[in-house]
Amino acid sequence: MLRILQFLYSLRSFLLFVLLEVLAIGLIVSNNSPQGAAFFNSSNAVIGSVLKTRSDVLDFFSFAQANETLILENARLLEQIKSLTQVPDSLPIPLDSAFQAQFKFTGARVFSNSLRFAQNHLTLNKGSKDGLKPGMGIFNQDGIVGRVKTVSENYSVGISLLNTGLLVSSKIKSTEDFGSVNWDGKSSKQAKMLYVPRHVKAQAGDTIVTSGYNAVFPEGIRIGIISSVNQGDDPNYLDILIDLSTDFSRVNYVYLVENTQIVELDSLYIKSEVVNEF
Amino acid sequence: MNFKNFISYTILILFLGVIQIIFLKNLALFGVAFCFLYLLGILNLPIPISNVPLILISFGLGLAVDVFYDTIGIHTASVTLMSFLRPYWLKAISPTGGYDDSAKPNLPEMGIVWYTSYSFPLIFAFSLVFFTADQWGSGGFFGVVYKSLLSSIFTVVLSIIVQLLFFKRRREIR
Repeated sequence: MLRILQFLYSLRSFLLFVLLEVLAIGLIVSNNSPQGAAFFNSSNAVIGSVLKTRSDVLDFFSFAQANETLILENARLLEQIKSLTQVPDSLPIPLDSAFQAQFKFTGARVFSNSLRFAQNHLTLNKGSKDGLKPGMGIFNQDGIVGRVKTVSENYSVGISLLNTGLLVSSKIKSTEDFGSVNWDGKSSKQAKMLYVPRHVKAQAGDTIVTSGYNAVFPEGIRIGIISSVNQGDDPNYLDILIDLSTDFSRVNYVYLVENTQIVELDSLYIKSEVVNEF
Repeated sequence: MNFKNFISYTILILFLGVIQIIFLKNLALFGVAFCFLYLLGILNLPIPISNVPLILISFGLGLAVDVFYDTIGIHTASVTLMSFLRPYWLKAISPTGGYDDSAKPNLPEMGIVWYTSYSFPLIFAFSLVFFTADQWGSGGFFGVVYKSLLSSIFTVVLSIIVQLLFFKRRREIR
């Protein structure tokens, strides 16, 4: 017995190593599974405040750029207001107010963002106190950015579109053919559009927008422009490469969108046994 | 290890960790060469340190960096592996007659050739685990090796520069 204990004692560093390594791998796995609870991440209050201070300093240098994009966005919105407030020349049909308010929008600031890994995340300066919930869509004036993953009281962490685990339901704007946009982990400026059948006439230069099918994003938010269409290896689907319209190295301010009817939709899907893949 | 040394190692590790989180987090040369400068804190610990505290320190440091990177577990697993390999590698490359009692495994004391042959394989092992875990299921084997190789070269070069600039050279007595 004593010799067994002595033997184990002589192996203590190896055993400790194995134990900690298994613990670390367990953390990786639990953090990357979709339902896994993510306890340690940058939505924690202390870590959030450190990252926020860092971003306060760094943002000082990008104010000019941020202002410029905000002005452009304002101009675009003003244009829309103008077209909406024009006196209609025919009788308008009032929409059901519940349907009109299906999507709720809010804004937030990104203060931590990565784009060089295969699983990129971003941290936002708003949390459950401001009404953020896991599952909300994130986009900015150029296109979509990602989805909210976890929320704490003051901060939240989102999965970036530059994350090989995120699929976004999308369609080609001109032909209305739909597919899923997924990042292939290579360049931060490009992604792939998957599951587009071979008969679809897709061309380089076509715009890709969200389809509105997955109920996270409203229909018609820009994702990117097709850069090339190849025959690819898969016998059923085209190999489509798209240039993302969002510049992920300059994501400062983002909009968040919440589908207020997602609970109703989800329960409907469960009842009818439809598997809805986000 | 006396108290003064203990404080100076703690400050070095904390300082490198902060630099890593604040300045080096999004740094990637040509999009492939990452810098893991905080590994210098582990590599610089004294040679006779026993394995158990070494592994525990690396685990804690890896976890702390992971939390800020939002890559929970990946840094931790890689740093723990690196610190486990460190004593064996030190033994493998020990000069004839072994190390001096007071020798530290850093550049000013051991010279650039020894330091490179000491740090490069360890950092390469770290990067290999790091990128394998990061690109699990996506990206091929060669992408992982390519990124690891360039990242470890970049890290070694930067750690050599840091040591040349900031580490005190021991006065040589001849």
